[in-house]
Amino acid sequence: MNFPKELRYSKSHEWVKIEDGIATIGLTDYAQSELGDLVFVNLPEVGDELTAGEALGDVESVKAVSDVYSPVSGTVMEINEELLDHPEQINEAPYEAWFVKVENVTEEEELLDAEAYEAHCASEKENG
Amino acid sequence: MEKKTSLYEIHQKYGGRIVPFGGYLLPVQYETGVIAEHMAVREACGLFDVSHMGEITCAGPDALKLLNHVLTNDFTNMYDGQARYSVMCYEDGGCVDDLIVYKVRENSYFIVVNAANKDKDFAWMKAHEQGDAVFTDISNTVGQIAVQGPKAQEILGRLLPAKSFPEKYYSANFNAEIGGIKCVVSKTGYTGSGGYELYMAADQAPAMWELLLETGKADGLIPCGLGARDTLRLEAGMPLYGHEMDETVTPLETGLNFAVKLKKEEFIGREALLAGEIRRTRVGLKVVGRGIVREHMTVSMDGEQVGMTTSGTHAPYLGYPIAMALVSLNAAEIGTRLSVNVRGRQVETEVVPLPFYSKTKK
Repeated sequence: MNFPKELRYSKSHEWVKIEDGIATIGLTDYAQSELGDLVFVNLPEVGDELTAGEALGDVESVKAVSDVYSPVSGTVMEINEELLDHPEQINEAPYEAWFVKVENVTEEEELLDAEAYEAHCASEKENG
Repeated sequence: MEKKTSLYEIHQKYGGRIVPFGGYLLPVQYETGVIAEHMAVREACGLFDVSHMGEITCAGPDALKLLNHVLTNDFTNMYDGQARYSVMCYEDGGCVDDLIVYKVRENSYFIVVNAANKDKDFAWMKAHEQGDAVFTDISNTVGQIAVQGPKAQEILGRLLPAKSFPEKYYSANFNAEIGGIKCVVSKTGYTGSGGYELYMAADQAPAMWELLLETGKADGLIPCGLGARDTLRLEAGMPLYGHEMDETVTPLETGLNFAVKLKKEEFIGREALLAGEIRRTRVGLKVVGRGIVREHMTVSMDGEQVGMTTSGTHAPYLGYPIAMALVSLNAAEIGTRLSVNVRGRQVETEVVPLPFYSKTKK
């Protein structure tokens, strides 16, 4: 399981990279492994307003659908359209398969560093 | 508290992700994942633990008469080893369960039922026993392993002499032996890719599993979980109790007419099925819009609700999402455009012939 040091993480298993006021968001390695083979992705549209802690889209495995939450509030400036046709990229390279880039970030959820997030995953795994 | 099959430790050993299902703890997938497991069955071979299925025997001089009373199909004129699919109905025509009956020999039958329904089925059977014949629940003593896929016969052929193979689809050899383990070899399955289902004493299932895995590994045989079992049966257009049928749906509505012999003089549910008007039917839907249709979603035609989906998934072999639904007869014609409400969004689908996948019509 991979937990890159340069990223920050939400408890709902999204990763965030904030650079020059722009937040790039994706699903973590732990999340993709728990969800299994992903076969469908729903993304917001450019210009949509996101609210921290609310769903920005969803992913579907063969078995089930899961919401993907936005760790920040802001405006969608770009979406990764490649994911729409190739959701398997999330399984293959979760930290390259970004979902959205968000600008005008006004609010951030409480985010974890790599070490704290790894501990969070371990305790979730233990408690089923 | 869920039960474990005798293969539980084996599933853990091979990295099975264990979930509760039908009262049992079973692997939904292994580390290979649902898609790889699904494709292994379509293109090579997959191994499934189906020991959770219930097994019930029916024996006695009046066994045939009893089966013909309790079940919808007709079991007259079967040869020893032959299998026949059937439904068991309530008086009102709703389904108690669907099942497979094997004729072991004269006056002796072997019945396989769904795990989640086993206790209910057995209670229903016992309550309707008549004449000189008895139902016995032997589920806890029986292990079942399915070997499914185009390479199943070749792999089993290294362990089983040609003369021990059941000849026809839907027949079984009740006196087979594989690797010194006495077993039943049945040419049946729930994947649409052909293959065999093996029954053996529950405590022999782990040794059988390891032997099959070792023998087939080089041919691409891998262990498969419940996830792939569900996507495979859906792609093959096979109904599943609790989805395409239940106590509120008749076997005629779900298109199982071939297993309902209304010409028989009498069976439980016959009068209701003869009298009942059929207002809905099971259809296959191919998703043509964007989205994955799941079960229990509203189906509409020109804005009007015409039914509900009963199962749905992304079909790994076909590469697009599919679903089955019960819809009113006017919405069931092949080619009809129906929309499905997927969490508030209308997704466009088209009625297509079932099965979605068949190994003969690739």
